Amino acid sequence: MRNLINIMDLSVEEIEELISLADDIIADPQKYQDACRHKILATLFFEPSTRTRLSFESAMLSLGGNVLGFSEAASSSASKGESVADTVAVVSGYADIIAMRHPKEGAPLVASAHATVPIINAGDGGHYHPTQTLTDLLTIYHEKGRFSNLTIGLCGDLKFGRTVHSLIGAMSRYAGIRFVLISPEELKLPSFVKQEYIKAKGIEYIQSESLEEVIGDLDLLYMTRVQKERFFNEEDYLRLKDFYILTEEKMKLAKKDMCVLHPLPRVNEISTAIDSDPRACYFKQAHFGRYIRMALILKLLEVQV
Amino acid sequence: MNIDSIKNGIVIDHIAAGNGMRLYQLLGLDALSCSVAIIKNVPSRKMGKKDIIKIDSKIELDLDVIGYVDPGATINIIQDNLLVEKRTVPMPEQLTNVIRCKNPRCITSTEQDLDHIFKLTDKEHKIYRCIYCETKAN
Repeated sequence: MRNLINIMDLSVEEIEELISLADDIIADPQKYQDACRHKILATLFFEPSTRTRLSFESAMLSLGGNVLGFSEAASSSASKGESVADTVAVVSGYADIIAMRHPKEGAPLVASAHATVPIINAGDGGHYHPTQTLTDLLTIYHEKGRFSNLTIGLCGDLKFGRTVHSLIGAMSRYAGIRFVLISPEELKLPSFVKQEYIKAKGIEYIQSESLEEVIGDLDLLYMTRVQKERFFNEEDYLRLKDFYILTEEKMKLAKKDMCVLHPLPRVNEISTAIDSDPRACYFKQAHFGRYIRMALILKLLEVQV
Repeated sequence: MNIDSIKNGIVIDHIAAGNGMRLYQLLGLDALSCSVAIIKNVPSRKMGKKDIIKIDSKIELDLDVIGYVDPGATINIIQDNLLVEKRTVPMPEQLTNVIRCKNPRCITSTEQDLDHIFKLTDKEHKIYRCIYCETKAN
């Protein structure tokens, strides 16, 4: 049995295999519509989510499977004080695979040690979010046709932005990658991510506080939201939330084929005026989430079509 | 300054000056009923200054704690006034319930029954990280 806790649990070859499977699903969804018949996905969301939970559910339903679960801790036995270990041990008897989101970092790792079915980390605090990264990779592959020789700008909350950490890890394994880290001082990339995935591999990177100064160099711009739920102090959140706003003026400085990604939801960090710009790929990216999760479920359940 | 030599027990020598008290605490030596001496800032030719801990009893030591706090320390086992064993302990690859994760966002902060496990991720810089949230141990 395999779990997906960190994107680095998957080899480059396995990621390519998933992308190829997702492409096949996109090309012929009917071929897969009964692939998971009589299988059950449990979505255990101890923290609210719209996109990730719905895309998991949509993925399983599109494979002919069923879903059950909860969408906030208050409606689960966690509110009665049940441990993550006990919850997943019980749910393992009700489902064939579990997608879990939890506000505490490392919760899915704990779950994987106590579950008897595969666990998918659907986001753990400010730590990792591997299925968002798979979504990002499928989008990058579709938009750029390659994973190598790309200058990737990551902008906004690089400290608590779990999608950023996972994406850096995944992209650090390809040749010719250059990272441009754009954030205010308080939201800089944690040292463990920088050390493990960038410095240790000798990858070129620069840090900047100014999006305008660096946007012209980028092949990809990964925007992130400053997440209110990650702050213990409201004052810090209010001070940092409007630090970066991608506007039409800034987009004029970017390359003609730059691709703008965002894990969504956005608040105001991307002006809605950009939505019609062909370089805005974030809604397409959200749709890809369903197909890559279908591919992942098939792989973890070892279903052959 | 004289501390009586011990007949049967353990001497932890060559502890970097300043680490003695931390080692004493993490090894739980305060719970022992036998004599325990911490000698701080002992002049040393090799180290300049060092700490020494003498335990007047042959107890089971958690070697991982010693390897974590001070991999340069030597453990001397004394039996009938004779040195019968002298060894050093390498940095352990993993620490279980030796130190606690201080990240308030870590799952260990709410699930009280979980072991606090740290892995050695950077031997050169002696960096241990929580296996759950990857926060660096202080």
